[in-house]
Amino acid sequence: MKLTQAFQEQDFVVTGEVGPPKGATVEEIMEGARVMKDYVTAVNVTDNQSAVMRLGSLAVARLLKEEGIEPVYQMTCRDRNRIMLQSDLLSAEVLDIDNVLIITGDHMAMGDHPQAKPVFDLDSVQLLEAAKGLNEGHDMAGNELETPTDLCLGAVVTPASSYLDLQIMKLEKKIAAGAEFIQTQAVYDPATFEQFMKRVEGFGVPIMAGIVPVKSAGMAKYMNANVAGVRVPDEIIKRMADTPKAERKQVATEITAEFIREIKDMCEGAHIMPQGWDDMIPEVVKQAGLAS
Amino acid sequence: MLLWAMHFRWSRLQRSSIPWMEVIATTMIISESKPLEEVLEMLAGYDSVFVVGCGECATECQTGGEYEVNEIGKMLTEAGKTVTGSLVPDVTCQVLDTGRLLRKSKEAVSRADVILVIACGGGAQAVAASVDKPVVSGVDTLFLGDTVRHGQFYEWCSACGSCVLHEYGGICPVTRCPKGQVHGPCGGTTDEGKCEVNSENDCVWVLIWERLDEIGANKDAVASAAHEPRDYSVHQRPASRIFEPRRTK
Repeated sequence: MKLTQAFQEQDFVVTGEVGPPKGATVEEIMEGARVMKDYVTAVNVTDNQSAVMRLGSLAVARLLKEEGIEPVYQMTCRDRNRIMLQSDLLSAEVLDIDNVLIITGDHMAMGDHPQAKPVFDLDSVQLLEAAKGLNEGHDMAGNELETPTDLCLGAVVTPASSYLDLQIMKLEKKIAAGAEFIQTQAVYDPATFEQFMKRVEGFGVPIMAGIVPVKSAGMAKYMNANVAGVRVPDEIIKRMADTPKAERKQVATEITAEFIREIKDMCEGAHIMPQGWDDMIPEVVKQAGLAS
Repeated sequence: MLLWAMHFRWSRLQRSSIPWMEVIATTMIISESKPLEEVLEMLAGYDSVFVVGCGECATECQTGGEYEVNEIGKMLTEAGKTVTGSLVPDVTCQVLDTGRLLRKSKEAVSRADVILVIACGGGAQAVAASVDKPVVSGVDTLFLGDTVRHGQFYEWCSACGSCVLHEYGGICPVTRCPKGQVHGPCGGTTDEGKCEVNSENDCVWVLIWERLDEIGANKDAVASAAHEPRDYSVHQRPASRIFEPRRTK
């Protein structure tokens, strides 16, 4: 099912996320996806996340589909030129994938193969444009396709960026290029998110607030220091620091559910990236009042 | 290589038209010396060496000027090699001039087992084009650099073959963003306006945005502009251009 259809049917759409592992194995992430299945509309599959070489997102997306879990196939511009990007979009279509999230991708300098050639043949706006073209029945060179794709296209934005004007500028270009839904970078402060939502009023595409549950005070501090455009408030850091290790998942669940309750009326959905704490999603969704 | 040659032709033109100007801050081919051990490794098996530097970029980068040619000569001698001679052409990538100079040093060149070139890769190949001897490059050629201050070089142009500077107020996102983002920044702009890939570098989109304010440009036009994907076919390797002389004497 396309996410666009879900937004028509539901007031608030929740998506989860799994990250393919380093290795030719899927048991663990499949189990993670199964745990969240009944509580989310779809599950994103990340594409060599953090520029670390891993199992491919298209293969995992297809495996999810076979289990009746709706995948969102994430695709970065980092590793493929326009021939392969378009080809993979056609592959996604024949593998019955309905949703694709198009992102720039972390630079290889951040990952485990810093020696790799940075491709970035297209940027995310140009890839959205190309994907829209495939949906319309032609490739980037203008050649007609025997059968067009029918993919629902998504994009991302960083709501807590210190340079929000630039983020908004690019977001508008992404929407003009064909983005039909937006999942944001992690955001923690409802007031920051509210300001962002005011800026995107009238943009006409559903926005899903991105949530990365804080697993520990250390993780929060690390993100604040090293992940651009992510700001974990001191209050959350303190709460996690005061929590014994055994109870951290429970507290992280409460914090996440509280955040969703606060932003629920501002936007169209939440995208939860549990970073392996997949089993917290059912409880988050329940505590947020989105399921019983 | 020819593009570089073009550049030198241009810088020479500037120099000839402004004869009193001693230091010309210009775009340079930036190079870096390879570690001595690496150079010696490449020279293993060769007893005698002829050394070639360059009077232009490699001099400016302190990788292959007169001084460095003398220094590496001393080091090679210390390492037990025989240095049969050396040469620092004004502009080593001028293939014909360099060939002519090497022929003038024919005797010393012929006594050498190998030619060590400490100029850019273009210069090294200009030497290889003129001499039937193995050529070893003692430097790594890095990028096309603007001289911001004496000895401080920054990559502002990557010779992409399709200039888009007019669309960005005169600052190039193709070169100055590690991901070449032409529609706006990725999510990696830090709170300080730096690039998350290398925090010493400004996010080029922050620079462009400030620059557009400074020059009073229409930001809305930039903000809504769509940019076609770059056409790599215009820069197929190896590139070449043959120019007809503009006028005869």
